[in-house]
Amino acid sequence: MTALISLPILLPLFGAALAIGLGRWRIAQRLVSISTLTTVTATSVALLIRVDHDGAAAVHAGGWRAPIGITLVADRLAAIMLLVACLMLLAVLVFAVGQPGAERQHVGFHPVYLILTAGIAMAFLTGDLFNLFVAFEVTLMASYVLITLGGRPDQIRSGMTYVVISLIASTIFLLSLAFVYAATGSVNLADLHTKIAALPDGVRSGLAVLLIVVFGIKAALFPLFFWLPDSYPTAPTPVTAVFAGLLTKVGVYAIIRTQTVLFPPDTQPGHLLLIVAGLTMVVGVFGAITQNDIKRILSFHIISQIGYMIMGLGLFSLAGLAGAVLYIIHHIVVKTTLFLVAGLVEQRAGTGQLASLSGLARAEPVLAVLFLVPALSLAGIPPFSGFVAKLALVDAGIGGGEYLIVAVSLAVSLLTLFSMTKIWSNAFWGPPASHPAGPPRRAGLALMTGSTAALVALSIAIALWAGPLYALSERTAADLINPTSYIETVLGR
Amino acid sequence: MTVLLVIVAGALCACGTYLVLGRQLSRVVIGIGLLGHGVNIVLVLSGGDGGDPAFAGDDPSGFADPLPQAFVLTAIVITFGVIAFLLTLAYRSWLVTADDEVEDDVEDRRIATRPHTPHRENQP
Repeated sequence: MTALISLPILLPLFGAALAIGLGRWRIAQRLVSISTLTTVTATSVALLIRVDHDGAAAVHAGGWRAPIGITLVADRLAAIMLLVACLMLLAVLVFAVGQPGAERQHVGFHPVYLILTAGIAMAFLTGDLFNLFVAFEVTLMASYVLITLGGRPDQIRSGMTYVVISLIASTIFLLSLAFVYAATGSVNLADLHTKIAALPDGVRSGLAVLLIVVFGIKAALFPLFFWLPDSYPTAPTPVTAVFAGLLTKVGVYAIIRTQTVLFPPDTQPGHLLLIVAGLTMVVGVFGAITQNDIKRILSFHIISQIGYMIMGLGLFSLAGLAGAVLYIIHHIVVKTTLFLVAGLVEQRAGTGQLASLSGLARAEPVLAVLFLVPALSLAGIPPFSGFVAKLALVDAGIGGGEYLIVAVSLAVSLLTLFSMTKIWSNAFWGPPASHPAGPPRRAGLALMTGSTAALVALSIAIALWAGPLYALSERTAADLINPTSYIETVLGR
Repeated sequence: MTVLLVIVAGALCACGTYLVLGRQLSRVVIGIGLLGHGVNIVLVLSGGDGGDPAFAGDDPSGFADPLPQAFVLTAIVITFGVIAFLLTLAYRSWLVTADDEVEDDVEDRRIATRPHTPHRENQP
């Protein structure tokens, strides 16, 4: 069990070191990255099965016991997130290998990509706040390099915004850590559960809001989302896809983890999270409607979708959290796919601007299908995964009597559909435009299309096996609502 | 002593915030450095009053809390690395634009100032 929990962090770091050493041999680098990620994915499958069967497990690094040492904890939520993240990282890596661009031109791509993997895995598995900060920094450092890979002027400009805003978020995180430590004398999440409950109401609310602000910047919650649509679209496609699918969700994971373990439902600041969720949905989707570039439209949709996950958390019920977990699983897969498709469109047509795209459906029918399935899924049209996830959330909202947020979420779904049809009718319908001829069909294109198709298949599989997945989400939500077993596992009582 | 450090931390954070709000990249980098120092001092203070060096004697009751010190060391190293990266990025930005200013989101400005939605039907 110790190996299962620590491997997803250690293995990518070793892989990264190896990949730096093999910098001169690209084939060897690829072998290292792909085999590392495959092993980590296999590990996380094993971890999820074990955790779902036996309950949460903890590892104390260096043998220092819980409240003092660094603790790694795997419970159902962490294991699910880890598995989905690994699948995305693997698929996007295959896409990157096939794509002429970032991966081929830069020796640093593979090592940095693996470090990003390690950071994300650490953020999911860590059991204390300070280690979460370190995990965020590892992830961010890797993401700074990836987002500016290539060093074009527009990348430098938008990368600068991203780096500065992330740095400020990290500084506020450090500040809230100092406050948490000063108030309680601990940073271990399980230990903090009892210690924070003993604090006066005002201090507790202050800490809760500070942590929401910190993770809200990372998750791009209203009103802290301005950096996202500016910085994501300029990065190379595989990088944008991974960031869109995973990085904001690491923030959402941190919000869910801290709000459920540290701040019990009865101490929550009223409807704050629901209001933020509603505004995030609405503002994000309105932003998307005004845009004219595929990647920018999709970037604004990330923001809008984050609102749904926070809505599930804000309901603070078993059904709400289960819906949020299911929604995150669906969203990570679908969003990554959409960005990969946007990359394929750009590759084929030479641009992502809607005004200069036309008639791709006739020229590239496979591409059209690959776009249509995740797009309809994002909007929540019935047979696809988005429908199942949204149904779970809406059901939870009605069950909790929060009719306003349910109405908002349904209206936003409609607007999402509108925005997706805008891409569809502009880029895919109409007479074929005189696009510069795409690159000749090579193995690279097959890899790119293949990995995108695999993700589309995965999102359809989510819809097909929605029953077992929802049951798993419900078990996860039960752990979150009642964190006793998590705390007992960590503190070893 | 503690009050003095609180004031120092507050002053550092205030100066840092002011500089970060500027447009020039060099100011932003210095501002982030100052903010980081201010927060590091707060982190040191979170361990409570000072005491004997930790692990140096036999009686642990008089020890200063070593945990915040470990936090601060980690935080300093991370801030150092990130600021080094930021400086490289600023240098690169200066090389390509010959300017120190952080520009607006170009596409966003374009959409905000356009007269009406350019639909395909309107185009020849």
